[in-house]
Amino acid sequence: MIKFLNTLGKTTTTSFTKLGRGSYFLLETLTGIIDVLPRPRLLINQVYSVGVLSFLIIVISGLFVGMVLGLQGYYILSDFGAEETLGLMVAASLVRELGPVVTALLFAGRAGSALTAEIGLMKATEQLSGMEMMAVDPIRRIITPRFLAGFIAMPLLAALFSAVGIIGGQMVGTGLLGVDDGAYWSQMQAHIDFDDDIVNGAIKSLVFGFVTTWIALFEGYDAVPTSEGVSRATTRTVVNSAFSILGLDFILTALMFGDH
Amino acid sequence: MQHSSTQDTLVGLFVAAGIAGLFFLALQVSNLSTFVEQDSYTVTASFENSGGLKVKSPVSAAGVKIGQVKAIRFDPKTYQSVVEMAIYSQYKTLPSDTTASVFTAGLLGEQYVNLEPGGAEDYLENGGKIEITQSAIILEKALGQFLFKSAEEKAQEKKK
Repeated sequence: MIKFLNTLGKTTTTSFTKLGRGSYFLLETLTGIIDVLPRPRLLINQVYSVGVLSFLIIVISGLFVGMVLGLQGYYILSDFGAEETLGLMVAASLVRELGPVVTALLFAGRAGSALTAEIGLMKATEQLSGMEMMAVDPIRRIITPRFLAGFIAMPLLAALFSAVGIIGGQMVGTGLLGVDDGAYWSQMQAHIDFDDDIVNGAIKSLVFGFVTTWIALFEGYDAVPTSEGVSRATTRTVVNSAFSILGLDFILTALMFGDH
Repeated sequence: MQHSSTQDTLVGLFVAAGIAGLFFLALQVSNLSTFVEQDSYTVTASFENSGGLKVKSPVSAAGVKIGQVKAIRFDPKTYQSVVEMAIYSQYKTLPSDTTASVFTAGLLGEQYVNLEPGGAEDYLENGGKIEITQSAIILEKALGQFLFKSAEEKAQEKKK
């Protein structure tokens, strides 16, 4: 019993300490932005490895998610003779939920884990301490550009995901299943609101990008500098990102769409 | 990390593609293109019951959308629902004795205001009021009346 209480207390303190370190780390990263802006080269390199390299997986997943939505939506809607609203169904679910959430999950798996592993290995091979020896602040030189890159890439990827998904839904819906093309687009345009749906979806993806990149970078920076420690940190990145994305999505949805 | 101009080009293409995606969502998917602040004038109408009419519901004449509902409020003096409608300025020639009615698109569709032009010589102006209105048909009421009526008929047949 005493042992149990002991472990409970220890776990609680460790997790709070970690949260505290994480917040301090975030603060340092954010103050580093001033140093990164005059050197856009650092940022461009990171946008390449975080964004451009995630481009293909996002576009292909978006296409297939949209096509599946088109199929499933058609089967359900045709029971009620409402195939014409297929466009609305596909667009609303993509723009509001699936676009930001699935993109963020894929982003955490594709880019987040890579960031954690990269930084964890830099720490394990003492590159970060080497930088400190040369009076280069590793947070400003390594972490901040990656953080900004994730923050920039995520909303763009989510927008691409939704756009490609809507086109995929159209391909299946109007090309394969015979929904009227004009109805597909006009139902969508009549009911998708720019402020309520598109802007809120973009805000979601910004928040997810922020949180995922933060978790990935911090786990890497905080990893135990051994090969096992890096592998654990990578796993934690994916798991914690997924939890925070889904939890935050619930909160954001309740806040954004609560008054409907 | 290598610095190459191909990388720069790819990053540029990526950002451009992302922004193009956002534009696509804004213009092709959402109602932004139809919602661009069109010049409009305001007309009000009082209904006994405006049913499920909402702000942004369409206002149409002869099946063509010519405006949208701007505000709906309850008038505590007349106990009526006052509906404010924004009619696009290009449709300025609505006669002053136009009638307004709340219709439903399809059996379960959304509700909209239908304007039926009258024959008056002068036109509705900004801030004008539509005098002749017809309330929304409330499905429950109509059903209730129908059931009541058929029950009454059966009772009368039994008496005979």
